[in-house]
Amino acid sequence: MSKVKMPKSSVSIDMTPMVDMAFLLVTFFILTTKFRPDEPVAVNTPSSTSTATIPEKGVVTITVANDGRIFFDLDNQNSRKSLIEKMGETYGITFTVDQQNAFATGTSIGIPMGSMQNYLNLSPEDRKKVQQPGIPVDSTLNLSNELGVWLINARIAGGNPVILIKGDGQANFPAVNNVIKTLQNRKVLRFGFITADEAMPTDVAQLK
Amino acid sequence: MAELGESGDVHSGKGKKRGGVRAKKISTRIDMTPMVDLGFLLVTFFILTTTMQKPKAMQVVMPDKADTTKKEEESKIRESEAMTLLLGAENRIFYYYGNEDPVVEATNFKNIRKILINKYQEVVALQRQNGWKQNGVYVLIKPTKDSKFINLVDILDEMKISEIKSFAIVDVTPEEMEMIPK
Repeated sequence: MSKVKMPKSSVSIDMTPMVDMAFLLVTFFILTTKFRPDEPVAVNTPSSTSTATIPEKGVVTITVANDGRIFFDLDNQNSRKSLIEKMGETYGITFTVDQQNAFATGTSIGIPMGSMQNYLNLSPEDRKKVQQPGIPVDSTLNLSNELGVWLINARIAGGNPVILIKGDGQANFPAVNNVIKTLQNRKVLRFGFITADEAMPTDVAQLK
Repeated sequence: MAELGESGDVHSGKGKKRGGVRAKKISTRIDMTPMVDLGFLLVTFFILTTTMQKPKAMQVVMPDKADTTKKEEESKIRESEAMTLLLGAENRIFYYYGNEDPVVEATNFKNIRKILINKYQEVVALQRQNGWKQNGVYVLIKPTKDSKFINLVDILDEMKISEIKSFAIVDVTPEEMEMIPK
């Protein structure tokens, strides 16, 4: 008895469309991804129903960590270079070109001006390991309120940037208030809080 | 793609019989599995690392300290139009209406929306009745030193949700600290 032979169907399928699609997706994600620069602290921002977007360029971000430490960031590398130069002029410190470049390529900074040179002399790897003490803030207009000085110099160097406060939800209010008061003293009356997205509540109409 | 090699036949007609050296026909199919693997690996990587949700900004406007015209305006607010919110520890809110011997009541972030909306409508009705400027309720937000940043953001968000336009972030006074029940 002869066996019934099954027709041998090919096991290889044409994968070309699948490959096309896969690489299309890869290209899409490569182009849309923006890698987040590593921040010295992790901040968990509160959420709000605000829909205003953050501009891509020309932003000063003042970070308030949950332990009250303050960090300062200006986004443009060229502006950062002139910012550190101006900061040096204000505090009577001359930064070398290497130090200026080290600052320009960095991100948020929470180092008092007194130890800035030592910090910038470190190698990039060591800089990441440093536990940054935060920028000194008080309620005065003096040089001891370094945040205020950072702010005016950043406004000159950065061409009137948008000023945003990125606060951790669990940061104590006095820490945030120090920043707000400093902004107010320096005549920055319009600023923003960075928040996460949140849907508009649905019970408002009912309550009315 | 596999047809490319044969397209020449159309022009050469009987060229098949010409005694040229024929290259051995090799399959044009290649195994694409590794490429697909790599492709999807990259897709997965980028999907996981992409943060689609961009953070949003909440606009805040503070009064100029040196600007005295604002202060005058503030003093023009009638008692019946004002409401003060004290943000306390552990997400609690203490609120009172008006200014003279206020009765401080406690609430939380869940119930404040209803209170705000009720007060807003009450004040608007009152303003309409008396022909005052219909600005709605004037809310003074006073975060105490025990409150967290999230409380401030939440209450500002409540202002937006209940469409209250006139509000200000003000320092809490020592007397008000006394009024907060321990």
